[in-house]
Amino acid sequence: MLVPLSWLKEYVDINITPQELEKKLFSCGFEVEELYEVGKEISNVVVGYVEECEPIPETHLHVCQVNAGAHGTFQVCCGADNVVKGGKFPVALVGATVYMTAKDHKTVEGTMTIKKGKLRGYESEGMLCSGVELGVSENMYPGAGYNGLLVLSEDAEIGADVKPILGLDDWIFDVSITANRPDCQSILGLAREVAAVLNQPLKAPSLEYTETEMEKEGFRVTVDAPDLCPRYIGHYVYDVKIGESPLWMKRRLALVGQDSISNIVDITNYVMLEMGQPMHAFDCNYLEGNEIKVRRAGEGEKIVTLDSQEYSLTSNNLVICDGIKPVALAGVMGGLNSEIRDTTAAVMFESAKFARDNIRKTSRGLGKRTDASARYEKDVDEYATVHAMKRALHLVEELGCGKVSGTHVDVNTGNSVEPREMKVSLRKVNDVLGIEVPEQDVLRIMKNLNFAPAINGDELTLQVPAYREDMDSYPDVAEEVIRMYGYEHVEPAFMPAALVTMGGMNEKQKKELHLKKALCSAGAFECIHYSFFSPSDLDLLRLPEEAPERNTIRILNPINEELSLMRTTLAASMLNAIARNQKKGNLEGRLFELGKKFIPKELPLNDYPDERDTLCIGVFGEKESFFTLKGLAEKVAETLYLKFDYETGEKTFLHPYQTATIFCQGVEIGYLGKVAYEVAEQLDLRTSAYLLEIDMKTVSERKADKATFVPLSRFPEESRDLALVMNKEITCGQVEDVIRKSCNNIKGIRLFDVYEGEQIPRDKKSMAFKVDFVPGEEAFEADSVDKFVKKILKNLKFHLDIDLRS
Amino acid sequence: MSDRFATMKQEILDGIEKHAASRAEAFELRKQFLDSKIGKISQMMKEMKNIAPEERAGFGKGVNELKEWAQQRFAELDEKMKARELKMRYEKEKIDVTMPAVEESCGNLHPITQMRNQIIDVFAGMGFEVFENREIENDYYNFTALNTPKDHPARDMQDTFYLSPEFLLATQTSAAQIHTMENKKPPIKILCPGKVFRSDDDATHSPMFHQMEGLVVDEKITLCDLKGMLDVFVQKIYGEGTTTRLRPSYFPFTEPSVEVDVSCFECGGKGCKLCKGTGWIEILGAGIVNKKVLENCGIDSEKYSGLAFGIGLERATMLKYGINNIKLLFESDLRVLKQINDN
Repeated sequence: MLVPLSWLKEYVDINITPQELEKKLFSCGFEVEELYEVGKEISNVVVGYVEECEPIPETHLHVCQVNAGAHGTFQVCCGADNVVKGGKFPVALVGATVYMTAKDHKTVEGTMTIKKGKLRGYESEGMLCSGVELGVSENMYPGAGYNGLLVLSEDAEIGADVKPILGLDDWIFDVSITANRPDCQSILGLAREVAAVLNQPLKAPSLEYTETEMEKEGFRVTVDAPDLCPRYIGHYVYDVKIGESPLWMKRRLALVGQDSISNIVDITNYVMLEMGQPMHAFDCNYLEGNEIKVRRAGEGEKIVTLDSQEYSLTSNNLVICDGIKPVALAGVMGGLNSEIRDTTAAVMFESAKFARDNIRKTSRGLGKRTDASARYEKDVDEYATVHAMKRALHLVEELGCGKVSGTHVDVNTGNSVEPREMKVSLRKVNDVLGIEVPEQDVLRIMKNLNFAPAINGDELTLQVPAYREDMDSYPDVAEEVIRMYGYEHVEPAFMPAALVTMGGMNEKQKKELHLKKALCSAGAFECIHYSFFSPSDLDLLRLPEEAPERNTIRILNPINEELSLMRTTLAASMLNAIARNQKKGNLEGRLFELGKKFIPKELPLNDYPDERDTLCIGVFGEKESFFTLKGLAEKVAETLYLKFDYETGEKTFLHPYQTATIFCQGVEIGYLGKVAYEVAEQLDLRTSAYLLEIDMKTVSERKADKATFVPLSRFPEESRDLALVMNKEITCGQVEDVIRKSCNNIKGIRLFDVYEGEQIPRDKKSMAFKVDFVPGEEAFEADSVDKFVKKILKNLKFHLDIDLRS
Repeated sequence: MSDRFATMKQEILDGIEKHAASRAEAFELRKQFLDSKIGKISQMMKEMKNIAPEERAGFGKGVNELKEWAQQRFAELDEKMKARELKMRYEKEKIDVTMPAVEESCGNLHPITQMRNQIIDVFAGMGFEVFENREIENDYYNFTALNTPKDHPARDMQDTFYLSPEFLLATQTSAAQIHTMENKKPPIKILCPGKVFRSDDDATHSPMFHQMEGLVVDEKITLCDLKGMLDVFVQKIYGEGTTTRLRPSYFPFTEPSVEVDVSCFECGGKGCKLCKGTGWIEILGAGIVNKKVLENCGIDSEKYSGLAFGIGLERATMLKYGINNIKLLFESDLRVLKQINDN
């Protein structure tokens, strides 16, 4: 919210610098996002009186003698067409800074410093200035919009600084107002806070006006939607004379970026800015049926707003109607049909309170945000609703732009908020803060905030102003006290009265961290990807229509389609991460993510979906293979004290012959494999990539071994190398399985060579295994291991037709 | 006779001088004299039977002396050769130590995880348990129970992703407060890290980010305890001498609510680019738990009070490591991930 210092000063005396005030506001809860001086770029420009003004022959220039009072009299060349002897204009002295304009004399192109110069042989010491060169618009000073010199009034004091005259000596505070303080969405509201923090009285604006006896016969206001409109006040003003607003009003509006339109419209805007209550004025000539009706719009009912936009409405929108048609979109914008025109002779002023949620929905739904809707969304207090109408009527009188009739209609649907009494315990207030705020300070603070406090023993009685709807109980009082008393009084303590609790991570959290660290030690980097992904990611994975991964939860209001579905697999994000890395020249690496996939129980959601912890690993580069990734899978298994089994598997996005399904205790837990060439090509991958995904939820349900110690055998172990010849289809797993089941003394089996070639039959392959045997209670006999091997070979021959390689 | 011994000695010395450039040559040379079969000294021994008996004792003694002497010379030679060869071996293995190291292939936890773990460490020591909430929440836990009813303007403070009229992506980790308080009675000290989501996407906002919520509920918890606890926290994370400043703010679920600024750890509070000249950096939001929130969870607000705080992990991480764009945290660029190893 923009707050000009000069406007604030109308309601409270401020005897500190703008910077000091910024700090005060900050300390009591109002962050100043920006503080700037209006005429910051302008310096050394004073009132100049043109004593002589002679045209320079054959040019459009004049050479002038300009009296700048105490600064001296200077010769200045001037090209403006309105320079005239005896006129008073702003003169920028040598060394002054002003805005530099383009050839059109309108477009500002930075600033410049005035230097001594020579024009057509004439010395020129200074420059007579236009409004644009000083950053002054028509609304800040009448005539400033003219494309020529800015003409100062005759009574301007020669040599005086022009900044106060033009309103450039002002400061603008851009204050951010928290959602709990809708009462501060106005200059007056903020002035109340400034008065409190500076310990100064508030000078409230005048609400006085005189009603005439004139009545608008039979005029009615009805509210058909009391839930959406708790209060509606209308007042009839006649003998309206539409014209310009006075300079002081135009200037204030200009300082906060509001254009001046006409006196009546300006009054509504001025009162909104001053008191926070949006107001509207209808031209009575265009109100049919001598009534105002507040109701929900009909389905498809149309309205054209002041900005000539047409909207089709629903029953969720509230409209203000006359006897026939909608004349305003409640709380958002007036209708074009009843707008104030130059010919307007009578107006109906509106000051109303609307339900904030409804205005927000309408504003969002129609994509129409206005100053009014922004205020209604945060709430407008009824104190303002009542006072704003009085203030507007006062201004009508002050500006002499109409007569206040006796027709005042106030529909109060019974939800009005009145000033109320509140009693709280001082001890409780101090208990929240943890410090003892002296009673006289509590009294001072609450008095400054208009709560008319009284203390009786431990009881603090407050008269809560109507605009403080946020005040509810002692913590609210504690906040009021401490923000004015100062947070620097809060002394660090360390829960002296609290009980000791056990802290730290639980087993699941520890295990997860342990797993992550194990993967890091294997050279993998942890990633975090968005929990949502794109429909195109499902296509990237070549998932068929019926794939379970396509049963996704959709975000109703996604930022864009790319971020519209909750992930049902982490694979796509990982693939994209690999692709991004490769594009940036990282051609090898290991990445992992421990994230969630979201499996709906039913769609649309009416219960929490299953959020399944999932591990995804992606490795890529020349050094990687199916088996390096399998090594990481084994690392995962080992870290979790589990054993994984692998079977040939398939995935639509993986290599048809380099994909495995991973099992744990007979239950499928995931997959790993090489990324399919068509997927790699789509992603422009330059090196091979491999992907693994494991459902950690399923894994966590498996019973893990414990870390236990197996006593070392007292007797020496033995090993044998077995080179075996077999059919090509036989897998390593099958062979291992047979070997393992053949003997109880086997400690380990490890494949160390695979061979196909001339030394064995063409349709066969050879696999060589190292088998480690561990003795039990007794040492091996001389021929024990040979006997084991014999049995192994016999079983291999019987089950898989495998021979020992000769 | 002694001439022969002398000649032999000279022959050995000459051999050592000229023909023993390596241990292998020295070994060959030794063989020439001392090999039990072909060695010249051994041969001399065999001449014994041809020597006159009266000279035998003298000859034998002489040969033995010569043998001992030769053995000693060759032992010395061997030592010398060993030392020389070791030296040569070392010299041959000379390296340029300024050449690049062989890369140690160890990965890193994500910077957010690193920050998260550091914070958990600090608070776990103070007795905080870690509780992780779900990412998809319902309206009640995310808003209503946190004193943000349907028409509340504070709902606008966070642009929410909706999945259905009732379910949404958590906009804050505060819902974890409610789940905890519904299931656990005071004393409560929990820390709730989690992913949260808001419909915001620019250089400083990501539609998904991480928060860490802290909650204490016990008897007589005050703003002073909040200040004291956060002072310890910032000192552990950003260094000794760091302090906090509280200033008023607003959150529906705390009353009073504060923004917490930390004294700039770059300039120590003098004012620099990082703190935009103010000496302070906004780091988290906090406050005394709104008593309506306690009551919504069935906790006696007359007896108990609480404090809560919420830290934005991205912001904390970016500040600590000087990461300049939030997007870098979600792009998985190895060039970024390799840099932050505060594991």
